[in-house]
Amino acid sequence: MNIIVLIKQVPDLVEELELDSSGKDLDREWLKYKVNEFDDHALEEALLLKEEHGGTVTAMALDGQDIDKALYAAAAKGADRVVKITGLEGNPSNHEAAKAFANAISGMDYQAVFTGVQSVEDRDGQLPVLVAHYLGIPHVSVVSGVKIEGDKAVVYKEYGGGMMAELEVDLPAVLGIQAARETPRYVPVARVRRAMRSTEMEEVSAGDVSGAAAGSEVARMFKPETGQGAEMLEGSAEEVADKIVSILKEKGIV
Amino acid sequence: MKVLVVAEHLNGKLEDITFEMLGKAKELGTAEVALLGHNAKDLAAQLGKADSVIYMDSPELAEFNPDTYSKGLKAIVEARQPDIVLVGNTSMGMDLAAALSVDMGMPLVAYAIDVAADKVVSSLYGGKMNVESAVSTPFIASVLAGSFPADAGRGEGSPAVEEMAAPDFGSVKVRFKQLIEPEGGDVDITQQPILVSVGRGIQSEDNLPMAEELANKLGGAVSASRPIIDNKWLPKTRQVGKSGLKVKPKLYLTLGISGAPEHIEGMKDADLIIAVNTDLKAPIFDYAHYGTTVDLFDLVPALTEKL
Repeated sequence: MNIIVLIKQVPDLVEELELDSSGKDLDREWLKYKVNEFDDHALEEALLLKEEHGGTVTAMALDGQDIDKALYAAAAKGADRVVKITGLEGNPSNHEAAKAFANAISGMDYQAVFTGVQSVEDRDGQLPVLVAHYLGIPHVSVVSGVKIEGDKAVVYKEYGGGMMAELEVDLPAVLGIQAARETPRYVPVARVRRAMRSTEMEEVSAGDVSGAAAGSEVARMFKPETGQGAEMLEGSAEEVADKIVSILKEKGIV
Repeated sequence: MKVLVVAEHLNGKLEDITFEMLGKAKELGTAEVALLGHNAKDLAAQLGKADSVIYMDSPELAEFNPDTYSKGLKAIVEARQPDIVLVGNTSMGMDLAAALSVDMGMPLVAYAIDVAADKVVSSLYGGKMNVESAVSTPFIASVLAGSFPADAGRGEGSPAVEEMAAPDFGSVKVRFKQLIEPEGGDVDITQQPILVSVGRGIQSEDNLPMAEELANKLGGAVSASRPIIDNKWLPKTRQVGKSGLKVKPKLYLTLGISGAPEHIEGMKDADLIIAVNTDLKAPIFDYAHYGTTVDLFDLVPALTEKL
């Protein structure tokens, strides 16, 4: 069972987001990046399956901000290979990214591709289904929990209201992972540093991504108009607690 | 403008997103609904606002299946040549929209909160930034639930229902096994009058008892946003939001929840929302009635003490 996990760095939303001078993109100069949290779950699920069934896990990412660190962290967690796709400039659309991943993956020996079901930057659609259709293999999105049964995977696809569908998928397939069965593992920085020294970073060219069905472009970005907005309660913790208690009393809640 | 709305149904019931998109489609032009299923033609009767319904029936479409539904939808889009296709940015819609985009070479704009003939506005970055895309028809927009009023898409009427034969699905690579209902046994958060809801800001599982204690004092229960559930700190039955439960308590007190659109969808109708988050820019404050940026680790003990 060889699993390829696609990972991506995304802006850390804890930081204030500002627009650049074009008004069409974030001001990325000072932006802090982190691994897309769902990709972390995708990697964790892949590592769990490797522990159960053997095989390899390959972490793959497009070249970009802090990506080496993210790939070495994947290696430190247990990925056997790390692959960086080079040659895409700027911020490629997800269609272009998906095509580059499909180009790289199509020649490899694999049974499954896992990636986060979504990220905060999926303007032109979520990555897993795009990759699947460029590869021409089946896909399931919003998966939490994967079992491997021979050349098939049994997956749990989440719907609203806590409902889930159990689906059986022929491999190879692309799964958009919502949550791994376990909390994504943590690796200390020292182990990432060791992985940096002991892991070979493979580089693969993005290949031809022309014709990726993007067909739409950003006209502008703007901060959403805030609604009524909350009445902010100011003061020390004690003072704010008093204010909340009096609101709750006034509304007859306590 | 010909708009095709992809109906979403589960367990024999049309989901609200269908009506939300249908209302918007009527605003944009003529609205046709694509309804795929098996013995599901009756659902068309609820689509009174549509100008027409195209119904595709097959045993392979009895339950949602990313493989057969993608193939069926592609056949409908090829036959009807709509200018705009509206799909839910939902669990089902995610498996359809991008597939259609690649197969038909049609541009796709996701997380749509507004759609016009030449532009789509998406809510990205956890609701912190809107992005307007310039588009030309034909295009696909996947629409965030709750962006348009469902009532605008409900109404009396008897649209023409045209049946279309399902295409040859070829080798079907995904098979539906069963639908799993949420586990019972734990607290039913949809029935609780008061919810203390914890998010990423609670930082550690070890801090949950603090929230439990506050909830007990208030006579309610603890619910949570997605990251807490994904970390297995609380069971799935406690999750509020898009893939969790919709709640409408008398009081919804959030601790360290930023308010991503997926969470807002599940709680915005609560009678009273009080948000505690150290980030003044957190979207949750746009929906809360009262808010504070006081650190929850200082506030919660003080509040519990005073109750």
